Amino acid sequence: MKILVAVKRVIDYAVKIRVKPDKSGVETQNIKMSMNPFCEIALEEALRIKEAGLASEIVAVSMGPKQCVDTLRTGLAMGADRGIHVEANEALVPLTVAKIFQALVGLEKPGLIIMGKQAIDDDCNQTGQMVAGLLGWPQGTFASKVLLDKEKQVATVEREVDGGLETLCLDLPAVITTDLRLNQPRYATLPNIMKAKSKVIKKYTPQELNIETKSDIEVVEVTEPPKRKAGVIVSSVDELIDKLKNEAHVI
Amino acid sequence: MLTALRTTSTSTLPRFYSLIAAYRSITTLVIAEHENGAIQLPSITAVEAAKSLSNDNNSISVLLAGSGPSLHQAAKHAATCHPSISQVLVADSDKFRYPLAEAWGKLIHLVQQKGGYSHIITAANSFGKNVLPRAAALLDVSPVTDVISISDSNQFIRPIYAGNALCTVRYTGINPCMLTIRSTSFPLPALSADSQSNEAHISQVDLSTFDEDSIGKSRYVQHTSQDTERPDLGSARVVVTGGRALKSAENFKMIEKLAEKLGAAVGATRAAVDSGFVPNDLQVGQTGKIVAPELYLAFGVSGAIQHIAGMRDSRIIVAVNKDADAPIFQVADYGLVGDLFEVIPELLEKLPEKK
Repeated sequence: MKILVAVKRVIDYAVKIRVKPDKSGVETQNIKMSMNPFCEIALEEALRIKEAGLASEIVAVSMGPKQCVDTLRTGLAMGADRGIHVEANEALVPLTVAKIFQALVGLEKPGLIIMGKQAIDDDCNQTGQMVAGLLGWPQGTFASKVLLDKEKQVATVEREVDGGLETLCLDLPAVITTDLRLNQPRYATLPNIMKAKSKVIKKYTPQELNIETKSDIEVVEVTEPPKRKAGVIVSSVDELIDKLKNEAHVI
Repeated sequence: MLTALRTTSTSTLPRFYSLIAAYRSITTLVIAEHENGAIQLPSITAVEAAKSLSNDNNSISVLLAGSGPSLHQAAKHAATCHPSISQVLVADSDKFRYPLAEAWGKLIHLVQQKGGYSHIITAANSFGKNVLPRAAALLDVSPVTDVISISDSNQFIRPIYAGNALCTVRYTGINPCMLTIRSTSFPLPALSADSQSNEAHISQVDLSTFDEDSIGKSRYVQHTSQDTERPDLGSARVVVTGGRALKSAENFKMIEKLAEKLGAAVGATRAAVDSGFVPNDLQVGQTGKIVAPELYLAFGVSGAIQHIAGMRDSRIIVAVNKDADAPIFQVADYGLVGDLFEVIPELLEKLPEKK
């Protein structure tokens, strides 16, 4: 069975982002970019499935500008077998990404797709669900545990939901999106980084896959969130209780 | 597969006409959850958000699905729970016994094809986030998730980058415009007693044309929940949160004791969850719950941006931390630099008795 893993190039999670003065977006020039943390977890899970002898090949897929190749190389260094880069210079909304994925599934015929539950830049949390919908495949979102049964061709997925955990059983092929607690992603070792340089990355454009990239969402402006009024440092518990009672009126 | 894709990108002319229609009137479908015969609070909040799409000509329908008597009891509750609801649609079938995205996606698709709604809204909780994007893909529209403010019927504000920026987006596509809304951003006004007299019409969804493709490919196995008598984290008036500095699950009980005294819900940082002090459904932050209580007390929380994204809209934030440079103090209204192992017992002793 082949597994497709989506990996997105985003601003590194530790970077404090800056909004552009013209409000057109967030500053991305000369800013450290990395693989979206949830995508790392997705790739790690795929690698573990392969190491358990339940998958034959892992294909990492990234969409966006040419620098996405760096993200794919990171994925290949972690252990993915090959990469697919769908090069697009315009911003892609999740619906477009999902349609591109649908086209790639037609070409690659994977038995499982694993994605992160959300990208930490747009915070959308949509793509996995949309891919599953377009393909008519079952979905296991926000997964914190995945068990594959190769014989029965099912995946048992434990999901993080409000108020606890939910377990679902999905017929393969399926789409799984990963939550933080699914696993601890590995680091790429230096020999593997070198090996990754010779692995194949196939290129497509959305046009070659017959996907229109025009979106039905238009960004009007991006602004900074309202600043909170500077607070005060109190010196004792008594002062704190007094402030909460007589100034803030919350207790 | 590729031919199927080509047919989905239809000509732009129908898109144009439905866009015009969207400006004529607003008809909203609210996707609601129910439990024990009552509509859940986040769903009622979604109705409140739907109301703010337009001042006039806004007809709001609520869609409920499930099976058995508790569904019909919930439908009765839905009919009276908010004066703006004009219709309650009930889909009664074993297929909806559990909230599976596969069945719900098809159901929303079916109801939209019959009703031609201009907007479909649900709360941005784990149910809404799971179901709505799937339904949107079936309807070939882009959803807007985690909306915190509605500017007009097609323009919305949503946080990006863990709440470090706010993005205003305009939806320019065909009907329906699909949204998930952040419940804490649309507080419910106190509803007066006389609003109860306004009862919405309840009708059954005709499921004879329900497309069963892909239903049954996912099966519900079980749900494990944390029993708690404390208020729900998402809607509590006071939240007490502990971080890694608590050091152990045993010590975390101090946070619980303090929460009890204040009638508060307990929250936790990702560090506290990962260290196994508390279960993950208590996590507050970008990847956990988003809260906006009257009072948020953070003990031993450093204030990573991912955590702040989940609580920055709280009215009053109190931080207690040993490290005077902890970023949490930048968003706190009241900060106390000190050892929480001394501060919490003192608070327990000196806080006024309540509830």
